Amino acid sequence: MQYEVVVGLEVHVQLLTKSKIFCGCANKFNPDNPNTQTCPVCLGLPGSLPVLNAEAFRLSCITAMALNCEIARFTKWDRKQYYYPDLPKGYQISQYDLPFSEHGWIEAQVEDGPVRKIRILRAHLEEDAGKNIHDESGRGGDSKVDLNRAGTPLLEIVSQPDIRSAAEAKACLEELHLLLTFLGVSDCNMQEGSLRCDANVNLHIQTESGDKVATPIVEIKNLNTFRGVEAAIEVEVKRQLEEFKKTGRKLGDPGVEKETRGWDAERNTTFAQRGKEEAADYRYFPDPDLVPVVVSEEQLTEWRTFVCESPSRRRRRFQEAGLSAYDAEVIVNQGREFADYYERVADAIGDAKQAANWATQDVLRTLNDKQQTIDDFALSSDVLAALLKRIVDGDITVKSGRELFAALIEEADDGQAAAASRIDELIEERGLKVVNDTGALDAAIDAALAESPQAVEDFRNGKQQAVGAVIGKVMKSLKGADPKQVRERIIEKLSG
Amino acid sequence: MDWIGRSVSEMASALQQGEVTAQALAEEHLSHIEACEPKVRSFLEVFREQALTAAEAVDRKRAAGEKLGPLAGVPVAIKDNICVKGEIASCSSKMLENFRSPYNSHVTERLLDAGAVLVGRTNMDEFAMGSSCESSAFFPTSNPWDLDRTPGGSSGGSAAAVAAGFAPIAIGSDTGGSIRQPASFCGVVGLKPTYGRVSRFGLIAFASSLDQIGPIATDVCGAALTLDAIAGHDGRDSTSAKEPVPSFSDALDQPLAGLRVGVVAEHDNDGLDDEVRQAVAKSVDAYRKLGAEIVNIDLPNAQYGVAVYYVLAPSEASSNLARYDGVHYGYRAEAENGPHSMIEMYEHSRGQGFGDEVKRRIMLGTYALSSGVYAAYYKKALEVRRLIRDDFTKAFESVDFVLSPTSPTPPFKIGEMIDNPLALYLNDLFTIGANLAGLPAISLPCGKTSSGLPIGVQLIAPAFEEARLLRASRMLEQEIGWDGELAGCVSQLAGD
Repeated sequence: MQYEVVVGLEVHVQLLTKSKIFCGCANKFNPDNPNTQTCPVCLGLPGSLPVLNAEAFRLSCITAMALNCEIARFTKWDRKQYYYPDLPKGYQISQYDLPFSEHGWIEAQVEDGPVRKIRILRAHLEEDAGKNIHDESGRGGDSKVDLNRAGTPLLEIVSQPDIRSAAEAKACLEELHLLLTFLGVSDCNMQEGSLRCDANVNLHIQTESGDKVATPIVEIKNLNTFRGVEAAIEVEVKRQLEEFKKTGRKLGDPGVEKETRGWDAERNTTFAQRGKEEAADYRYFPDPDLVPVVVSEEQLTEWRTFVCESPSRRRRRFQEAGLSAYDAEVIVNQGREFADYYERVADAIGDAKQAANWATQDVLRTLNDKQQTIDDFALSSDVLAALLKRIVDGDITVKSGRELFAALIEEADDGQAAAASRIDELIEERGLKVVNDTGALDAAIDAALAESPQAVEDFRNGKQQAVGAVIGKVMKSLKGADPKQVRERIIEKLSG
Repeated sequence: MDWIGRSVSEMASALQQGEVTAQALAEEHLSHIEACEPKVRSFLEVFREQALTAAEAVDRKRAAGEKLGPLAGVPVAIKDNICVKGEIASCSSKMLENFRSPYNSHVTERLLDAGAVLVGRTNMDEFAMGSSCESSAFFPTSNPWDLDRTPGGSSGGSAAAVAAGFAPIAIGSDTGGSIRQPASFCGVVGLKPTYGRVSRFGLIAFASSLDQIGPIATDVCGAALTLDAIAGHDGRDSTSAKEPVPSFSDALDQPLAGLRVGVVAEHDNDGLDDEVRQAVAKSVDAYRKLGAEIVNIDLPNAQYGVAVYYVLAPSEASSNLARYDGVHYGYRAEAENGPHSMIEMYEHSRGQGFGDEVKRRIMLGTYALSSGVYAAYYKKALEVRRLIRDDFTKAFESVDFVLSPTSPTPPFKIGEMIDNPLALYLNDLFTIGANLAGLPAISLPCGKTSSGLPIGVQLIAPAFEEARLLRASRMLEQEIGWDGELAGCVSQLAGD
């Protein structure tokens, strides 16, 4: 049976503001001290009123701009009404028919496949709910509610059903995650719930009679890891296919409604979930406690200056500068700080490829070994650039460069901050400067030959590899020498 | 009984002159309350100790020569839907019977800053839904002029407290006439300011786009002095206006020249009581005598006011009251046969915690916001609301004020209307327009029925024209001559 997978994502992003969206309470993940970051407003106490946090709106607009969305010049707030203990007002302040942004796109790429544009239907701003905490001991203890999270600014990004595979859904979410971290609008900590994803999944099946039919749409809730998104969709695709073969039920059949399912990562299965309300009539209406937001041209212009280059655009630019697709991806996917670091080094030495080699190998390996981020890295971009410049200029060999790199890091570990000036000293101390002076080279070779009569004899008897020992001796006394040049010169002398 | 039943300005100036201490004034009012409150039942709670402590502090500050606010030492009663830190704010509902507010409303802060002595929280219709105080979950309040009759509502306790001489000022709230109608029934002055003039922060919401806090006072000057204290922008209420706030009391006694007073022919219909018609006609004559021009105006959409109001106000209420769910605070139903489910907890808590009128309006509003009928009810009502607002805008091109009866009838008997909610809704006919259009409106006494019941006349002004509205009211007050009437009411009450 031929079929096409159709997926749309709904992603909730907690914004990195100091205070909550409608009150002055701290916006911090703090599950250990429940109900300590609350006030009459986010507790929904009688008589309290919301006031919009302008910073939350600004961050939302910057994000939407980076997602290539249009920003509405007029937007309003609506109440989405349902009962749940984690929702203290009995409604969530959200946006219904006039979201602040619409019609954007993001790029996603699965391994070596084509880069595909996934359209963004809309992005709107709302308040997060609190958290219900149930007794999991099985002893039937009271359920509790923690409202520290209530009122956290939450950006909901809704994609069009443009995604065509589980892997692409994962890639799309990863790309979004990367973009959000590039923008610095969210900490995107998925364990803490800063980035949460729901997936709408169904199949377009080509039946034997040649008709195209769609299976009922299923929303899988709370996919909170990249791997979870991919796995849940894979499993759900199989389940829908089996279900269709069994029942033939399709989208639009009488009685077929959108179903909500949960994801059980341990059992690797999706399961039917009861909705939080019996029938979903949220009775949206404009919140009379809040005034609509009118966005000015000046604000748009100002906010646009905070929109950074997207990761996909950056990868493309790195490739245009000569990097392989692989290197460009490795560098950009490390995050904005790393890509910035790389780019400062590349610009300073004028050799993108050399900078990329070092960034993707030596720097990354060191960061991994030391469990560091680029912000903690011992060598600033200036220092690494100064070092690589020596290589590019032919002052030292790549091998010497590695030795210097290691030496600088070792010194930093011992408390001596790495500085560009230290590079020259180290080159001097260790005699790493490439030796172009043939006199000094000849003298060293002659000395080495004199010390190695056996090797000389072996060579003359046809044992080519005997020069190795002599080269070793020369390199030991003259570290900056080019081993290739040394070998040629020895052979020349012995053959002469 | 030196001071009971005297006006706000008399008390304020006597306090300033040192003719009476705040403590003496408080004690006199408290003992009067003790004697007469059982007949009227205007208070849900009298703040006896708090009032004496506050009065003592005022006297101490005055003795120390400290700067005091304009209401320093003046007793003020406060409607039970306005939050006072540490005190219960029940909205006369079983739902909030034990809800103690952890914070002060904006108005409470302003009153305390002005030196007011809060003497108690006043009875009201449950959640301000009603026109007679009979929907209070606790007890009905009597009209001090005739104890068998209602004081009106929903701010019936506040109006009755002023008429009974328990406090010269009481704070009320007005969503469809809830300050003006009880003021009219009780022969006192009630002002609903422009929407946004007084912050709603800490006012327990009924219908957010219509609710407005205002003063009920012995006379026009008292209303002006109170508005001086409570008006002005508050950043905690997004709908709070940033308009400049003039002094309302300074120029109060300067008459306005060249007044054009609008009257509406359609107001004189079958539902209008004869004695009310005659008393209001006398007010029109009084203005004519004061040199005003009387202009017939047309408010073609006013006839739809009640219908629009009873879609919009219940819609907002259904949402505003959703937070009373038994989870976080307020009434929670006990589980009867073993633990109840979450849905049962909601149903029983709300079913038992709310009274009939509140439930009726929640059901109306929930229905009007439902997805199938939203356009036919809520959206349509919003559109007609705009037409009603436009009617006023047009009318104010040719007149300074619109004059009408406040209520079509004099105070009715307790129990008389209880089985006829529709007739009670129609009692709001003249007052609702000002709420729908967000305009300032005042009710002041303009005469009495043959049986001695007060009748009120209403003036509606353009937005933010409270200063002129109060001056025009002061002109009429002097012309009608209501001096001594309240004292008469009080002595009759004390003698009963």
